[in-house]
Amino acid sequence: MPKAPAGTIYRGREGMWSWVAHRVTGIGIFFFLLVHIVDTALVRVSPESYNEVIATYKTTIVGLMEVLLVAAIVFHAFNGLRIILVDFWSKGPRYQRQMLAGVGILWLVLMVPFLVRHLSHVFGG
Amino acid sequence: MTTTTIAAPRSPRRLRGRTNTELYAWLFMRVSGVFLIVLVFGHLFVNLMVGEGINALDFAFVAGKWADPLWQVWDLLMLWLAMIHGTNGLRTVINDYAERDQVRMWLKMLLYVAAAFTIILGTLVIFTFDPCPAEAAAELLPSFCPGA
Repeated sequence: MPKAPAGTIYRGREGMWSWVAHRVTGIGIFFFLLVHIVDTALVRVSPESYNEVIATYKTTIVGLMEVLLVAAIVFHAFNGLRIILVDFWSKGPRYQRQMLAGVGILWLVLMVPFLVRHLSHVFGG
Repeated sequence: MTTTTIAAPRSPRRLRGRTNTELYAWLFMRVSGVFLIVLVFGHLFVNLMVGEGINALDFAFVAGKWADPLWQVWDLLMLWLAMIHGTNGLRTVINDYAERDQVRMWLKMLLYVAAAFTIILGTLVIFTFDPCPAEAAAELLPSFCPGA
């Protein structure tokens, strides 16, 4: 019985790493969502308390975290469409690599204008 | 000549007690995902890209949005779909990595309680929101409030 050589590792390449990235971004977005619903609920307490918490969203450090959040959301959204195509389009599995490249291109097309606009808000005051 | 009866190779297995829950969960992730792309991208565009972006966000901004039934429905749909989509995603992750039965069960309980709490909280906020609370300082209120 041949033994598996030591130190092998599953190398799923694009398919595996996009799956990992989809999980990591999904988990991150979920925990932000929990926080975001609770902070928005402060509109029901008073205008003052809501304005106080939303002021933290306008600080530089949180402004940069929003870039990470939007980057994660945009990737998760387009990669989700790729997953749908892999599942439902007959040629989806064959073109999953090319579609991941498409995800990257669409991600850039949305992130560049977002970065320009959002960073000018964050640093422009 | 003796005849031997051989069971048809693809005779259906007994599926007693089995349900299609996982199939519906799988389908829900795809259908809700498509809706969420529209809802979340619209939300991000209006709140972060238009006008002053993040700097424009305050109580009056939210009150102004929710004065329009479109944004109430938009945010309510986004709340429910995103929370159920995310909760089902986290459920999958917990099922994958929490190997001990007790740990897995309790993590999922915690997840479901947190999800139910935020969905109910968010829904109540959207439906009971008062854009012009009487005791609030007038300058913090949207322009359509009396005295603002």
